[in-house]
Amino acid sequence: MIASHEFDLEVTLLSGILNSVFSGISIGSVLLLAALGLAIVFGLMGVINMAHGELMMIGAYTTFMVQNAFKPLGSPWFDLYIFVALIAAFVVAALFGLVLERGVIRYLYGRPLETLLATWGVSLILQQLVRSVSWQLVIGLMVFCALFFGAMFILSRRPNFEQIRGWVMAIMLPLSAAIALITGNILGQVYKLAVTKPWFGAQNVDVTAPRWLRGGLSIAGTQLSYARIFIIVLTIACIIAVYWFLNQTPWGLRIRAVTQNRNMSACLGIPTQKVDAIAFALGSGLAGLAGCAVSLLGSVGPNTGQNYIVDTFMVVVVGGVGKLVGSIIAALAIGTLNYLIGSNILVDTFAAIPPVSEFFKFFSTISMAKVMVFALIIAFLQVRPAGLFPQKGRTVDA
Amino acid sequence: MAISEKSVVDAEQLAIEEINKAGGVLGKQIEAVVEDGNSDWPTFAEKAKKLIDQDKVATVFGCWTSASRKAVLPVFESKKHLLWYPVQYEGQECSNNIFYTGAAPNQQIEPSVEWLLKNKGKEFYLVGSDYVFPRTANTIIKAQLEALQGKTVGEDYIPLGNTEVKPVVDKIRQALPNGGVIYNSLNGDSNVAFFKELQASGLTPDKYPSMSVSIAEEEVKAIGVEYLKGHFAAWNYFQTVETPASKKFVEAFKAKYGNDRVVNDPMEAAYIMVYLWKQAVEKAGNADDLDKVKMAAYGQTFDAPEGKVTLNSNHHLSKYVRIGEVRDDGLFNIVFETNEAVKPIPWNQFVAETKGYSCDWSDPAKGGRFKTT
Repeated sequence: MIASHEFDLEVTLLSGILNSVFSGISIGSVLLLAALGLAIVFGLMGVINMAHGELMMIGAYTTFMVQNAFKPLGSPWFDLYIFVALIAAFVVAALFGLVLERGVIRYLYGRPLETLLATWGVSLILQQLVRSVSWQLVIGLMVFCALFFGAMFILSRRPNFEQIRGWVMAIMLPLSAAIALITGNILGQVYKLAVTKPWFGAQNVDVTAPRWLRGGLSIAGTQLSYARIFIIVLTIACIIAVYWFLNQTPWGLRIRAVTQNRNMSACLGIPTQKVDAIAFALGSGLAGLAGCAVSLLGSVGPNTGQNYIVDTFMVVVVGGVGKLVGSIIAALAIGTLNYLIGSNILVDTFAAIPPVSEFFKFFSTISMAKVMVFALIIAFLQVRPAGLFPQKGRTVDA
Repeated sequence: MAISEKSVVDAEQLAIEEINKAGGVLGKQIEAVVEDGNSDWPTFAEKAKKLIDQDKVATVFGCWTSASRKAVLPVFESKKHLLWYPVQYEGQECSNNIFYTGAAPNQQIEPSVEWLLKNKGKEFYLVGSDYVFPRTANTIIKAQLEALQGKTVGEDYIPLGNTEVKPVVDKIRQALPNGGVIYNSLNGDSNVAFFKELQASGLTPDKYPSMSVSIAEEEVKAIGVEYLKGHFAAWNYFQTVETPASKKFVEAFKAKYGNDRVVNDPMEAAYIMVYLWKQAVEKAGNADDLDKVKMAAYGQTFDAPEGKVTLNSNHHLSKYVRIGEVRDDGLFNIVFETNEAVKPIPWNQFVAETKGYSCDWSDPAKGGRFKTT
């Protein structure tokens, strides 16, 4: 009897430790996956991208659309949609990122405050876009772009374009906008709901994991969720891929070179603009991947990105801007800390010392755990203001 | 939350359109001025001021979370204006300037706790978002469980919008190793993460039935039926209620907004409050004298989709109480309903501070909070 009791105790202890380790790693890997793109965009390129969360949201919505496309195909195919969704999310988010970089951010390099405001504006635009995007809006936008940019393109071939530029803008901008608006209105009146109905609406949409990712694996009296195991594996794969890309490919080399010294790289013939675009697209694509992954755990809605943006910046800053390995360790540390404080584990561990266990009990709700984690981070940054792995060398001043 | 506020506006506009088509109010057409509170509490207060001062509206229909209502309350009280609030809430409030057409706690939370105690188990774990409604609701539930020999084994709050819920789910399993009841007052995005995590951790509804007070048809659609099937929700109205008024409401709504849309409890409450306002204005003969409109509103009845509702002099509605179980198609199978409308009790009788208090605005001597015993 005594032996079996001891055995039970051992199993409970084992499952407790196993569960804590697994939970810490899994919360950390969600954080890390979300922050990986930002570690490149903010960490390596120095762009404070407030729209990072919205790029995740776009990845999540892409997952939703891929899922819907696979639904009619039935069982064997539907179970595999998540792999197609991962690729699609990466590509779509990378394209959005590319447009964002070419259209907004490239004019703002070296001006962090303006970048912050501009990307925050972009994040609001993207949120509103998924709320209200409908055929009417898409067709209206396409008409506008075709007319305006088409006219600009044709007129830019005229030799005196620079002189008439102001006039062209003043005439073409309202003209194209008016035509687009009228087209949209006519469409709305003719086809009614069929074109005015939003694609997604303000409501959250439902992304359902394939059957094999629901449920979990039972080990030693605890259950490890398949979706979380999947995310851990995906995160590891992403880290390996990013390291391989940065360290083994010519473009990775160029990205690192531009990160270290932009002017010198340009002198040596590296096309820095192209490098910027590629690095930003890569970071955005990783955000899209993360969006696809977190849709397995959480909600997919216009606000999805906002739920992660603070956490991702926290990871990059604690890890030390400019070092990927810092982000990795910071994410795991924050994840584990969050879990240890938020669950009852610390309370039980210190059960023998009542004042300590009372102290941890007070912080053992999710809300209070967050408060404590932030307090610890503030304290940590007092000691090491540049994070876990500060950048060394002359680039710091640049 | 933004995920649900929009559809409440849709329901109000449906009612306004119907009323206007039928000749309007006192021969005039209703003109709707729509403002977006953006799920941001100070914005709600700002927009309320603008509607009252600039647009000079006759009355305001709106708000979603309790926090947004608390934010506009001082505006409506200082300007002596009138707000109609369509969402179930935590009670403990009875303003002369608000009509509450959603459920008071005794019309949703209390009967659902009683039902759970009788049918599902005695041990409760309370999970809620971290703001005024879940915290007040859980105070009520804890007091009620104590009075009815139930047990609260744990309580947890998640910040609005937070989606990392693993620690909570682990704590539930720890506190209820052999199963038990989860009482869920989470609002918005956290719900999705919570139910996905519950399923992934193997906490299935047969052992861990959950009762939700903020999940209706629209939210089921957004969270995913696969995760919610077999869980319970308490409301006054479900789309599956089979009254003629309900069928008419569902058909009219789908005709206006598309066949794939669903209706839910707050939308029904929003729809009926426009009609109740119209009836009160017609009885008062004037939409601008708000004291007269309020007096005329007391005792108004309306054949609502949920059944016949009556507006009481404590500014709340007598409503039917129902409990539904999520079924395969994402609608609710009604497993319990009251035979008659339940009278609203805004001041909770389980909570010590408000026990014995009542509210009656038809008598100026009594007002918002007076002692009955």
